[in-house]
Amino acid sequence: MRIHVDSEKCQGHNRCYALAPELFDVDDYGNAVVIGDGEVSPELEEKARLALANCPEFAITITD
Amino acid sequence: MTSYSTPESIYGPVSDWATDFDHGDPEYNQHAHAIWTELRGTCPVAHSDRYGGTWLPVTHEHVREIAYDTENFTSRAVVVSTVVPEDPAPIGGAPPITSDPPFHHEARRLVLPPFSPKKIAEWEPEIRRLCNELLDKMEAGAKGGLTVDAAIEYAQHIPVNVIARMLGFPLEDDDLFREFVHDILENINGDPEERIRSFERIDAYLKAQIDDHVTNPRDDLTGYLIDVELGGEKLPHEMVGGFILLLLVAGIDTTWSAIGSSLWHLATHESDRRRLVNEPDLMATAIEEFLRAYAPVTMARLVAKDHDFHGCPMKKDEWVLLPFPAANLDPAEFENADQVIIDRAENRHAAFGLGIHRCLGSNLARLELHVAVEEFIKRFPDFELAHGEEGVVWSVGQIRGPRQLPVRVLSA
Repeated sequence: MRIHVDSEKCQGHNRCYALAPELFDVDDYGNAVVIGDGEVSPELEEKARLALANCPEFAITITD
Repeated sequence: MTSYSTPESIYGPVSDWATDFDHGDPEYNQHAHAIWTELRGTCPVAHSDRYGGTWLPVTHEHVREIAYDTENFTSRAVVVSTVVPEDPAPIGGAPPITSDPPFHHEARRLVLPPFSPKKIAEWEPEIRRLCNELLDKMEAGAKGGLTVDAAIEYAQHIPVNVIARMLGFPLEDDDLFREFVHDILENINGDPEERIRSFERIDAYLKAQIDDHVTNPRDDLTGYLIDVELGGEKLPHEMVGGFILLLLVAGIDTTWSAIGSSLWHLATHESDRRRLVNEPDLMATAIEEFLRAYAPVTMARLVAKDHDFHGCPMKKDEWVLLPFPAANLDPAEFENADQVIIDRAENRHAAFGLGIHRCLGSNLARLELHVAVEEFIKRFPDFELAHGEEGVVWSVGQIRGPRQLPVRVLSA
């Protein structure tokens, strides 16, 4: 599983960083960035799905 | 401010919520959920002639569409009232909330860093200390068998104190800040002349604070705004005042309303209260659900040009309310939308808006709300409304929350 953040859509609601800080970080402006290459280890897959389902701007996508 | 008085209106009572609504009528916020539900089923975009013409969409789809459409809708004025400010687009009188692209982007980048999650997290110990100081005072009263007012003695003090410290403003002016907020956000359908005088009074106060910061420079948000450059030049002091107006006004009764509404819910829903006391790890999820169900902020836009919005003939300079709380209760978007489910795991609520104007202070608001509710139920695990719903007084206008919330503490 791999996660992506669309930086055009992200408005800095900060939901992903709050729910899955192992997978997402925020920059100085509060906008989300994926940690590393976005590869999600199996034990964090549920958290990734939760982050996606809580993003008000639909800025997160998951690919397999 | 120890008691709350409902503002005087130049308009009469509302005759019909679909064709003559007035969000400045005390009945509106008190019965908002029922009004939105009814409109959603019958008239998803209501219109009223009040305020020179105002539209009210209530579905998530419509609210979202308008929030993303900066071509047809301008943010240059965001508080529906009898007075339309003259400040032109794209800057407006209180950037960046009153700004449109392309200026908005640059203005927002100036103030995003101090409100980023990591910067805001540094305030947590201070917020916790403040909450406990307020709770100490309330506990002394509660032990004497008294009721306490969770809005007046608790919620209203938390955001004022934090933003005053951030701006480097005198903490003892907190009553004055609440008066400013009341004048701007609640005295919306009174005498226009009086409203203009209120704005002049606020401008004069902000100017004096800025002058004081110029004379006595210090390391706070006001000092930062005086020194910061936009396009290679410092901001005119008038614009610094605009930024500060936003920071001072937007962060106060919004968060105070969210804290109050959450405590109102816990006072009236014993099982949720007990569950949160017993499962403190659920707090972060519960807070998001309180934000969804009791989102305090309805934003507004002005129609930028005549156009047809889903069959509604919108005219330039008419107002459009953006009730994010109504969008959050839309069953087309949320399962069991009308139920408060404190462990709702998937919650894409729009309490802090959608699109480029996402609430600048959302990280601070969340932190204050979380800490305030957490500390309150830690101290008072058992409480109920002291005088039933009759004792609760809701705000008037675009910000919805309890202004009086008397509760009886059952165990302290």
